[in-house]
Order: sequence, then structure tokens, then C-alpha cells
Amino acid sequence: MDSSGIVSSLALMRDRSNGLGGGFAAYGIYPEYADYYALHVFYDSEEARRKGEYRLRRYFNIVWEEEMPTRRRRGVKRSPLIWRYFGTPRDEDLEDWDPQEAAVEAVMEINSSGEGIYVFSSGKNMGAFKGVGFPEEIAEFYRLDDYKGYIWTGHGRFPTNTPGWWGGAHPFCLLEWSVVHNGELSSYGTNRAYLEMFGYVCSLQTDTEVIAYIFDLLMRRHRLSLRHTVQALCPPFWEQAALMAPEEREAVAAIRIVYSAALLNGPFSIAVATSQGILGLNDRIKLRPMTAAEQGELLAVASEEAAVRVLCPEPERIWQPAGGEPVLGLVKGAESLWP
Amino acid sequence: MALSLLQPEFVVERDEERCIGCRICEGQCANGVHVWSEEDQKIKTDSSNCVNCHRCVAMCPTRAIKVSASSLRFRTNFNWSDRAIYEIYQQAETGQVLLTGMGNDREYPVYWDRLLLNACQVTNPSIDPLREPMEVKMFIGSKPDRLVFEDGRLKTSLPPQLELELPVMFSAMSLGSISLNVHRALARAAASEGTFYNTGEGGLHPELRKYGQHTIVQVASGRFGVDVDYLATGAAIEIKIGQGAKPGIGGHLPGAKVSRQISETRMIPEGTDAISPAPHHDIYSIEDLKQLVYSLKEATRYQKPVGVKIAAVHNVAAIASGIARAGADFIVIDGYRGGTGAAPLRIRDNVGIPIEFALASVDRRLRAEGIRHRLSLIAAGSIRNSADVVKAIALGADAVYIGTAALIAVGCHMCQKCYTGKCNWGIATQDPWLVKRVNPEVAYRRLVNLLRAWKHEIKEMLGGMGINSLDSLRSNRLMLRAINLSDREREILGVLAAGE
Repeated sequence: MDSSGIVSSLALMRDRSNGLGGGFAAYGIYPEYADYYALHVFYDSEEARRKGEYRLRRYFNIVWEEEMPTRRRRGVKRSPLIWRYFGTPRDEDLEDWDPQEAAVEAVMEINSSGEGIYVFSSGKNMGAFKGVGFPEEIAEFYRLDDYKGYIWTGHGRFPTNTPGWWGGAHPFCLLEWSVVHNGELSSYGTNRAYLEMFGYVCSLQTDTEVIAYIFDLLMRRHRLSLRHTVQALCPPFWEQAALMAPEEREAVAAIRIVYSAALLNGPFSIAVATSQGILGLNDRIKLRPMTAAEQGELLAVASEEAAVRVLCPEPERIWQPAGGEPVLGLVKGAESLWP
Repeated sequence: MALSLLQPEFVVERDEERCIGCRICEGQCANGVHVWSEEDQKIKTDSSNCVNCHRCVAMCPTRAIKVSASSLRFRTNFNWSDRAIYEIYQQAETGQVLLTGMGNDREYPVYWDRLLLNACQVTNPSIDPLREPMEVKMFIGSKPDRLVFEDGRLKTSLPPQLELELPVMFSAMSLGSISLNVHRALARAAASEGTFYNTGEGGLHPELRKYGQHTIVQVASGRFGVDVDYLATGAAIEIKIGQGAKPGIGGHLPGAKVSRQISETRMIPEGTDAISPAPHHDIYSIEDLKQLVYSLKEATRYQKPVGVKIAAVHNVAAIASGIARAGADFIVIDGYRGGTGAAPLRIRDNVGIPIEFALASVDRRLRAEGIRHRLSLIAAGSIRNSADVVKAIALGADAVYIGTAALIAVGCHMCQKCYTGKCNWGIATQDPWLVKRVNPEVAYRRLVNLLRAWKHEIKEMLGGMGINSLDSLRSNRLMLRAINLSDREREILGVLAAGE
């Protein structure tokens, strides 16, 4: 797929953003570098780039680097320096070395350096493109018409809690995870304090950041299934749990007790993507809208039905999922959202 | 006898026109303020013994009695307050350590009152607890880092947990320091509301064993009443190292208070002094504590959470970290405002630190070490209302203990004379004439009302913040803002200033 569908779908929801943030994530866009981590980086200055590249080379063997191809657009102002790099994590001779762990550690270390360096995308064969502007302007700025991907997510931002800056635009990414979020997390302080204990550093000043890291912690590191992960993020109410079969009830209670700080509170409708597929999810009392539709091999989820119908004009199925009820679409051959 | 320089603190006045000479006040005052004069055929009043507990005022059928602070003052002196002068007179006359009851009452800042809560506007809908579910359940106990499932089945077995229907428990108050009737009410209220009360260091009365599933049994330095049945009866075990009102100090229940009932529950002879040493004499270091934690776990076959209670002292964060690594399933931190049945005045008023700082520091330290999620933190030491509870949870607590607030609900008037054993409200006494004044049924209902009222208020505050589970408030410092605090104080508490 090219980017035209998702761009026009987001353009239709222009009322939902205010020009202070737009962005996209696309999967399958770097087939020639599919085995390398694609690192998209914002630099505040040339000085930051010099320091950043030194740090990047400490953590990665970089095989290709270039300034991000962009075109100038009226609505997109004061862009940082944007570069992309392809490489593999270093230090593979360390005991218990895990390339994904090494990549995550590197991203956290670099983003928290305080030197104006932000790695905002770090997965293989995927990338985030985001900035301050309306989403359709950001798409033009990043020349998204040049890319072809098999999954696209996008976002138009209307920031209320935190500054409208380049790093704060959606999607938020880590490894192949990307998250776009309509909503606000009242649990952000709790989620963040919890994640910090596991080495995640929240440096992007937007609540959504924690969602990407929670998925990474629960599904990649703790190997929880999607079902159990959703039960941690949107747990059934205790009253509902009481009605479950004993074994299920016990599992739900254990998840609630152990992962209580991963519970996402406050309104949200999110689209989470990986190389394997896409997940739509609402908060457990559905304080934000979400519509899903299927047409042929395409699954689309969005805040508005109108936006979904841009992508699936003649849907075989179109529905509004209940709060806490995941909508999962996997690519052919995939078994799980995280392999 | 030499002339005493102490003057009455309070003045008791009687409206002679209203007084009908029924002598109720005489019977109600254990301090002997009101005495019937056969000669004059009326009640005479001696203000010098009055502790301002309001008992006579409340019980007078004709509302004839008024108690007020004495207007007698020394020449104004900001350095030598009346209190400072009288304390010297008192010590000059007796040569004794000054005793007191209840918590530190000095004019230190109350940090709860310098923290403000957040609420949603526009961007995030507030949640109405009358229309939407609002969960305030909490679990106290150790948690594993992660859960392991195999083929969808849970493989991890969770350590024992206390399930709280609201994050408020009744803190340790021994049978001895307070009466059996109050214990009856506390136990029953805890059981009916899905929370826990704590035996304190006085053992467990046989009649209260039926509330075992809602009882935290304490093991203190005197080991009073501790045997394997006691441990087996409780739902959890708490090792008491210290108490906020008197850090570094033990306890002393005078033999006069060791009645038959107290002697049975404490397992000591009637009439003997019950002395709790300042340290546990088998705990002189952290590794000794670890041994006691595991001895108690062994004795109860790892079926019950074992926690440790410490007073909030200067180095509390490092101590708590050690306790966490010594195997404790929960840590109780008791702030310097915490109550007591008896404490040396100078200790109560000058030792320890505020619970707000201690809690925030411990939470931060355990987080920095990546172990906060493994155990529960309980904050104690003057939680006065539901807003204090909410603020404590945002500062990192899983739950709070209330002691003073519970006693006030039962009728305590905060006269601070618990150590005299002459509690006119029948709470901090073993005098058979006085203890009857607490009707356990009435006291139980008042405690239940208090818990329910606080639970409603906690839900309202949570809903306002756009949170529908208390889990999402724990350590959520962003829900707090500071007012009138220095940058350093805010840094320790981990909160932004109002307006930031």
C-alpha cells in the first residue's frame, strides 16, 4: 500500500488535530535493509548530531546513514535535523547478549542524555515519520508518497497536556512497536514510575510514550500473550471477574495484582502496530471513540467511522468494539502481535 | 506539702441555675473534678484536675457545665511560652520524665495540607462513581516481578496477599493501651468492611480469634501473647521495630493495668509490669531481622504476609531498602505525628520525621533500586481524613493505617491523657467502671460509618482525577501539586509546585 489512503483518512479528521502534531508509522518500507535496525533521529543542532552520532556508533555498527529526505512545506516549521541510520547493536560478545535488549538500552540511554538527541523510531523494516504540523502536511514533508508499506498507522494531534514539539508527536515507537493514541492517560505518573524500574526512560514528554513501553515489557520481555496483556492494560472490573470460571478468575486476579501499575487509566483509543499486525483497543469504560472495519484483506481502525470508510468504502464488517475489547489484525502467517 | 506552682490549664464553670444536682458529672469524671458536698448539698468543682475531655459537658442533662482554657497567662514571651514554663515547674516539683499520650501536637508544618489534588477539565472526562464502577481494592503482600503462563495457564503461584476493600486499616493499638470493648469494635468493623485491624503488642483476646482473617498480629520486642496459635490465627504478621510517636523507645505497661484479662492475653502474671524493650534483643542488625522474618514465615508455612513496622527516622529510605531485602512482604512507616498510649513528651515532640517525607523517600529509593513493585508500603502516623489517604497513595503508599482517627470515631476527645489510665471516654483504660462507656455495638457502627464515608470520598476524588482504579494513583505524583513548600521539600516529595 502507498500512503495515500491513510493520509486522506487523517485529512478527513482535520477537526481532531490543531496543527501541533502529526505522524505516521509504516511497516515494510526498508526491504533492502530488512535485517538492520532503522534508527530515525531528531537532533536539536549540528552539535547534537555530532554527539549523537558518537553515541550511536558506540551502540551500533552503522551500515548506512543519510539525512531524512524531506521537502519544505509551509505548515511545517522549525524542524529539527532529521537523520536515519541502519545498523545492528554492538557488544554481541557480552554474556546473555540479546540484540533487542541492546537496542532498547541504547535508545533509552541516548534519549535521556539531555543533549537534544531523540531516537524516535528504532525497529527493523519500519519507520516513524512525525513532526509539528497537520498530518497531511507531515506526510508531504517526509515525502511519504515515495514509500510502500503493508501496515500504516497515523495520527493528528491536538495537544493539551504537554508541549507540541517534534518528539511529542505520535506515533511513539520502540523496536517494531508503534503506538498512536487518541486520549489522555490519568495513570501516566504510575505507569511511568513502574516502567522506570525496568529501565525504560520516558523522555518524550507525552503520556502515550508509556503505552509503547508497556507493550514491550509485557509482551516482549515478560512473554505475556496478547490476551493477558490486554487484561493487564484494561482489566475486567472485579465484579466481572467474579463471574468468571475459577481458573480464568485466578489468572485475571494474578495479572491485576502483579501488573496493577501497567493498568492504563483514563480515556484512550489506540492503534498499536508491529511487523506482525495491528491492534485496536479502547479503555475499559470506552471514553474515546473507535470504529473498526474489514474489507477483503484490509483491517482499518480509526476514531471515526468516516475515516475508516475512506479505507474500506464497502466494508464486509464495520463495528464499534466495546471498551477493553481488542481488535486484532495479523499479517498472513503471523501467529501473534509479537513473535 | 510544698506549694505547687502549677495552675489549672482549664476552667470548669457551672451554671448554678441550670444544675439540678443530679451528680452525673461526679460519676463521669475519673479525675475528681466534680465532687458532691454534703454540707452545701451541691456539686463543688475543682478545675485543677480537669483535662478538658468534655465528658461532663456531654453527659450533663441540663447543659450546665462549661469548660474553657484558663485565661491566666504569664507575661507574653515568645521564647518562654506558658507551656515551657509549666513543664519546668512540673519537673522541678517531681524530678520526672514528662509523659504524654496521643501524637505530636507541636506547630510543625502539616505537609498533607500543603499538597493539592488534581481534577479533570475538558480533555479527560471525570468519572462519576455513582454511575461508573470505581475500584479501591488493594492487595498487601509480595509480588513477583512477572507472571509466567504455559499454554495459557498460570504457572506462577502468588505469595499470600491481604485483600483490602479500601486502602485503610486500623493500626496497632494493644489490648492494654485500649480496652477490650474498643478492640471488639475495631475487629468487627474491619471484618464487616473488608479490611484489617492490628492487635498491637498486647496479644489477642480469645473472644476476638473469630476475626482472625481480618487481624494482623503484631510481634514486638516484649513478645507478649506470641505463640504459634497467635501467629496461626492472624491473616498477617507484623514485626514492630518502632513507633512514630516514640522512635527508639520501648513500652511500659504498669503492673497496675495488668488485670486478669490483660495478664491472660499478654501471657504474663497478673500485676507485673509489661516491659517492651527498646530494641528486640534478638535483632541487633538487619541480618537478625531477616532471620526473624523467615522464622515467622517458617512458623506459618509461608501462608501469611510478614511485614515490618518502623518509625520514620532520618535514614528511613536506606533502612526500608534493607528491610525489603530482608524478605518483608510489607513495610509500615509510622510518621512522627503517630499516636501512642504513653510516650516521653520530649521524644514524642522531637524525634522522627514527617510521614509525607518518609513515604516519598522510601518509595523513591525502592524505585531507584527497582524493587518497589515487589512489596507493599503502608503509611501511618496521622492520617486525618480521606484526602490524606489519597495523598499518601499518590506519594507511594499501597494503604494507610489509622489509629487516632479510629479512636476519635469511637469518641476520643484528644485530651492526651491516655497514659493516666483514667480515660473518661472508656477507650484508653482498663478500669471496669470506665470501659463500660464504650458500647462495642455503637463503636462498631461509628467505625463502619467512618470507613464508608471515607470510601465514598476517596471514590469521588479518584473520579475527579479521571481514575477508576486506585492502582493508577499509586506513586502518581503528577496528581499532586505543592503549595508553600521550598524547592528542596518539593524535590524530596517528588511533586511540582502549584501552577507548574
